[in-house]
Amino acid sequence: MVDISPSLAPPRARRPLGQAVARFRRHRMAMGGLVFLVAMGLIVVFAPFFLPYTYDGQDFNFIGSPGAMSAQHWLGTDELGRDALTRLVYGGRVSLGVGLLGAVISTVLGTAIGAVSGFYRGLVDIVLMRFTDVMLSIPTLPLVLLLSTFFRPSPVLLIGIVGGLIWMGTARLVRAQFLALREREYVEAARALGAGGARLMFRHILPNAVGPISVAATLAVGTSIMMESGLSFLGFGILPPVPTWGNLLNAASAWLGIAPWLAIPPGLCIFCTVLAVNFVGEGLRDALEPRL
Amino acid sequence: MPIDAPGAGAPSETLLRVSNLKKHFPIRGGLFGQPAVAVKAIDDISFDIGRGEVVGLVGESGSGKTTVGRTILRLTEPTSGQILFDGQDIAALTPQQMRAQRKRMQIVFQDPDASLNPRETIRQAIGRALRLHNIGTRGEREGRIVDLLEQVGLSGDYIDRYPHEFSGGQRQRIGIARALAVEPEFIVADEPVSALDVSVQAQVINLMEDLTQRLNLTMLFIAHDLAVVEHISNRVIVMYLGKIMEIAPSSTLYAAPRHPYTRALMSAVPRPDPTFKRQRVLLQGDIPSPINPPSGCVFRSRCPVAGPECAGNVPALEQIGEGHFSACIKNHEFA
Repeated sequence: MVDISPSLAPPRARRPLGQAVARFRRHRMAMGGLVFLVAMGLIVVFAPFFLPYTYDGQDFNFIGSPGAMSAQHWLGTDELGRDALTRLVYGGRVSLGVGLLGAVISTVLGTAIGAVSGFYRGLVDIVLMRFTDVMLSIPTLPLVLLLSTFFRPSPVLLIGIVGGLIWMGTARLVRAQFLALREREYVEAARALGAGGARLMFRHILPNAVGPISVAATLAVGTSIMMESGLSFLGFGILPPVPTWGNLLNAASAWLGIAPWLAIPPGLCIFCTVLAVNFVGEGLRDALEPRL
Repeated sequence: MPIDAPGAGAPSETLLRVSNLKKHFPIRGGLFGQPAVAVKAIDDISFDIGRGEVVGLVGESGSGKTTVGRTILRLTEPTSGQILFDGQDIAALTPQQMRAQRKRMQIVFQDPDASLNPRETIRQAIGRALRLHNIGTRGEREGRIVDLLEQVGLSGDYIDRYPHEFSGGQRQRIGIARALAVEPEFIVADEPVSALDVSVQAQVINLMEDLTQRLNLTMLFIAHDLAVVEHISNRVIVMYLGKIMEIAPSSTLYAAPRHPYTRALMSAVPRPDPTFKRQRVLLQGDIPSPINPPSGCVFRSRCPVAGPECAGNVPALEQIGEGHFSACIKNHEFA
C-alpha cells in the first residue's frame, strides 16, 4: 500500500476562523467600531450602579425648564428636573437592548424563512418569497401606527415589531446562500449517503452560510436601533418616563432653541452607535467573505 | 488492464440495468410558468453493467454523462425509464427504501475542492457516513476511519485535519475513502481525475483500479478523456447529446472505433509517439443545444460523413460485433 510518510504531511494551515480574525483585526474602522460598542455596552450596563440619580428622580431646583450643564448634572436636567446623563445611560440600555434583541429575532426569522425557501425550492419557495415581498412592500410607519392603536407599546412588543419588520433582507440573503450551497458536491455527497433534509440543512449548509448571516445580523442591529429610536421619537415606541434615545430626542426637540445640550447627546449616541455597528458589519464582511 | 473479460458485452450477472432512461429538465416560460420546452439531458438510453465490471462513460461537456450518473443514484429524479439495481427499480423506491439502498451505491465527485465540507474534519466527514448507516460502535469507528485512510494511501494521522490542509489529489483520496466507508458494491466515479494534475491523475487512477479489484467493486467511470477511460474500463459507452452513440469493449473501441463521433474523439487523444501519423477528424462548432437537437441522428450537424438521409430516423443501436454496438445508419459503409 502506498503510504505517505508523516514527514511529508502538509504543514498545519491556519483554520479559516483564525484567518478571518486576523483579517478583522487589520480592519481599522471595524476595530474602532468594536471598541466603541464594547465601551458603550459596558457603560450602559454598569454605569447606572455608580450614578447618584435614578432615571425618574427629580431635582426640584431645576423644574419647569431645562437646567444647564453643571458639576452636579453633567449634561444638565430636563424640564422636570431629571438628570440628563442618567436618562441617557438608562436610555442606552433600552435602545441597545431592543436593538440587539430585535436583530436576534430578525436574524432567526430571516434565516429560517430563507433556509426553508432556498432548500426546498418550488412551491414553498414561491409562497415564502412572495410573502417576503409583501412584507417588504408594507410601509413601516402606517403599519406601526395601526398596531399602536390596538396595543399599548411595551418593550417586548416593540422588539417583536422591530424584528418582524426587518427580517426580509436576511431571508433573501440566506435563501440565495442555500440555493447555491445545496448544489455543492459535499451536500450531494451527504445526500448520496442518505442524509435527510434537516441534517443537510443544519450540518452541511447552514455552517457554511454563517459568514453572510453574521454580517446581516450585525447590520440588523444598526437597523433595529434606528427603527426603535424612530418609533420612540414619534411616540409609538417606548413611552416616557422610561427613557430611550429616541424618546429623549423627542422630549428634547421642544427645547432645541434654548437647551441644545439635551438633544445633542442622544442624537450623537444613536449616530455613533449605528455607525460603529455598520463599521463592524463591514469589517466582518471583509473578514468572512474575502472574495467579495 | 484493460481486462478483456470473456464475453465482456454480455456479463454473467447484471448488477445494474438502465432501460429507456430519460431525464428532461423543463424550462418554464410563459405567464403562468407552464413548461414550454425541455432540455433533454438524457434521451432514452439503455445499458447494462455486470457485477465487477468497470464501464467507462465518455462524451463532451453537455452530453449528459454526469446526469446519467446522478440519476442512477437518484440524486436527480428520472423523467421516465427504469433503473434496476440488483433487480430493484431504484426509481420506484420510497425515500426510506432508497436510504437503505444508498449504502450499496456511492459516488466520487469531480471537484475535490467542493466535495468535502470545508467545516468538517476528515473524522467528522467519514464518521458521518458510518453513523448514518449504523456501521460499528463509537469506539470502532476511529479504527475504521484510519483503515479507510490507509486504504487510499493516506496516513491515519490526518484524521483530525480539515480539507483545506490537503492537496487536490489527497482530497480526492479522502472523497474515495468516504465513498468506500459504507462498503458499497457500486460506485459512480464522476470525472474523478479531471480536476487533478496529470501526474496526480495517474496515481488516483491506479488507486481506483487497485481498489476495484481488491474490493470487487462495480463502477461507472465517467470521463471526457478517452485515454483515462481506456486505462481503467472493461467496456466503454460513448454519449452525445443525451444519446448513446457506441458501446464496445475497450480493446475493440480503441482498436476499431466505428461511430464517426467516436472516431473524432479518438483522433483527439494525444499519443506519446512522435512517429504516429494521425488522421485528424476535426469536429466543427459546438455541441448543439439539447433544447432543440437536430432531427434524426443528433450528431449529423457535426458529422463529417453525414448525408441528407441522416435527418430522417433516429438511428438505433445496432450490434456490429462481439458486444459492440453503434448507432449510425452508415455502420456498414465505414467498417
